[in-house]
Amino acid sequence: MLNKLYSKSKQEKHLVRALTGGAAAAEALRQIQPDVMAVYPITPQTPIIETFAKMKADGKVNAEIIQVESEHSAMSAVVGAQAAGARTVTATSSQGLALMHEILYIASGLRLPSLMYVSARALSAPINIHGEHGDVMAVRDSGWIQIFAQNAQEVYDLGFIGLKLAEETRFPVMVVMDGFQTSHTTERVELLPDDEIEDFVGVYQPQNFLLNLKNPVSFGPLALQDSYFDFRVDQQKDFLKTKNEFQRICRDFGREFQRHYDFFEEYETKDAKEVIVIMGSVAGTVKEVVDRLREKGKKVGVLAVTLFRPFDYQKIGEKLAHAKRIAVLDRAMSVGAYPPLYTEVVNGVYHATGRKIEVASYTYGLGGRDTFQKQIEKVFADLEKGNISDRVKYLK
Amino acid sequence: MNKKLTEKLAPGHSTCAGCGIPAIVRTVLGATEDPIIVASATGCLEVTTTIYPYTAWKVPFIHNAFENAAATMSGVEAAQKILLKKGKIKKKAKLVVFGGDGGTTDIGLQSLSGALERGHDFLYVCYDNGGYMNTGGQRSGATPYGADTETEPAGKESFGKVRQRKDLMEIINGHGLKYLAQASVGNLADLEKKARKALEIEGPTFLLVLQPCTQVWKYPTSQYVNVAKLAVETNFWPLYEIEDGKYKINYINENPKPIEEFLKTQGRFKHLFKNPDNQHVIGEIQRAVEENVARLVKKSQIS
Repeated sequence: MLNKLYSKSKQEKHLVRALTGGAAAAEALRQIQPDVMAVYPITPQTPIIETFAKMKADGKVNAEIIQVESEHSAMSAVVGAQAAGARTVTATSSQGLALMHEILYIASGLRLPSLMYVSARALSAPINIHGEHGDVMAVRDSGWIQIFAQNAQEVYDLGFIGLKLAEETRFPVMVVMDGFQTSHTTERVELLPDDEIEDFVGVYQPQNFLLNLKNPVSFGPLALQDSYFDFRVDQQKDFLKTKNEFQRICRDFGREFQRHYDFFEEYETKDAKEVIVIMGSVAGTVKEVVDRLREKGKKVGVLAVTLFRPFDYQKIGEKLAHAKRIAVLDRAMSVGAYPPLYTEVVNGVYHATGRKIEVASYTYGLGGRDTFQKQIEKVFADLEKGNISDRVKYLK
Repeated sequence: MNKKLTEKLAPGHSTCAGCGIPAIVRTVLGATEDPIIVASATGCLEVTTTIYPYTAWKVPFIHNAFENAAATMSGVEAAQKILLKKGKIKKKAKLVVFGGDGGTTDIGLQSLSGALERGHDFLYVCYDNGGYMNTGGQRSGATPYGADTETEPAGKESFGKVRQRKDLMEIINGHGLKYLAQASVGNLADLEKKARKALEIEGPTFLLVLQPCTQVWKYPTSQYVNVAKLAVETNFWPLYEIEDGKYKINYINENPKPIEEFLKTQGRFKHLFKNPDNQHVIGEIQRAVEENVARLVKKSQIS
């Protein structure tokens, strides 16, 4: 699979390594060369910051690491450092992301382009340290761009795309990997040369910042009834525009490094009658199943969502318009409602086609539970048979 | 208005008549000629100085949230350090954080504690008006014993706050700071001296400044300096500093006025005088004041 993605000429320069998703994230952060990292340990994010801290100890990065006393302070320090004019990064998971919640909105509202790696993990209670998307879904309205990686290679690549997107659009970006399945699993990762990354990400040039002492600015004003609403509408308008920027940067990245990203990865979807929509590491499992079913002559495919926020309803609708039946697999629960990705896909399909396509909702992998190929086969079999209802099914 | 006074905080803010916060801010910021970056917790100072589209700040200013002013400044400080090191900026600014007692003693204590332990180079100034005044006068961990507040009101079966204030100076001192001091808006020369000292020291420093609130303490707007002075003259608010662990008393009244002199100036203690059942509270406040003075004197003699 991977070979298809890389041209021979570039590949010679690439360094192939066996890395976990966490280590790939740390390597990307090293090459980004941030000025400040503010961090607090939490499983399964910790390997990222530990690896980065060792890089600093070995003189491989020239950055200030602030070892804060909580994730709330981590995000608060990120806001301070980024507003001061520094390229600033952090990483977290689960309860940590939940604790940052309040300040996530502020980072976005103040238009601070920080980069955060999230090792997505279940939320308490009961406590569980394993992978799911519940933590990331809980902050989907916070004004952060959310990019989902399927594997360690994508964790690495999307870090550069994410940082560039953040700094060019002045919105914060989180790059999400599945806790443990991606963060702790060793995979083949092709690294890129430091100087080419340096050229690609460029130098951070803030517009307004605290350390520009000649031009004092006030961050975080009080906006009342006469202006708050307008701030929010402006934020929404600008945020939606980041979709185009994301595509442009992905194209630049593809041209430069021959690895291609877009809003979605379409795998065998062109003529597919039954399509699964999914995000994160289990997309790989679905691709395996698709390959097997295709051998048997079944017209099945998978659409893996990379850019979840902002969400392109029109595009996903167009991509799925030809499908007869769709299953959306969510790795999160929206208690008392349909799961988040399902809701977006239904919206998108209706938006683009104006007709009702049968869309089934499945929830899988909560709290790190494995999802097996036979469960995915069952989903495709359900779709083929038209075994679809309004009820959310659980791939337990 | 004195031009020098408004060099960093312009007169166009909207604090209440009789509020001492601007005097505290201007005195502290006036204690250095160096460039300054200010951070503020959510609270009176922040809401009255940054109503969009205006700002009263002539120096770089950041407000993040209520409980994280110290963590926010940690980020600014780290950014300044590394950008100086990388040669991306040339000048080093002094960093000053302001927070009320709610944002410091209560909700922001963890953030402040973490920042102090990490040793970031900034001055944190807590303007202490003994409650949540920006939200209308609720009790905080710094509200004095016996005070009437919106959330622990005096009534038929209550004399107001039943617990003593947190001793924030001792809590901060537990972090091993090189310098911290207690000051009052009624004694600005003393405050300026302390701010100058604090700003010259590298590493975290701390000032706890008494700031009477005309609205919630309930006294005439012309009286804030007098009320602050009475707090000092009755020894309710001794002026002292702790330098390298050594206590130094700047002012304790050897013949203090009785605490009633301070209490009776304010509506928040009115119920202690009106209701004979509350008489004991005044005695208890007096005793606590005397014990505190004795403790400080002893500490200053030891060190």
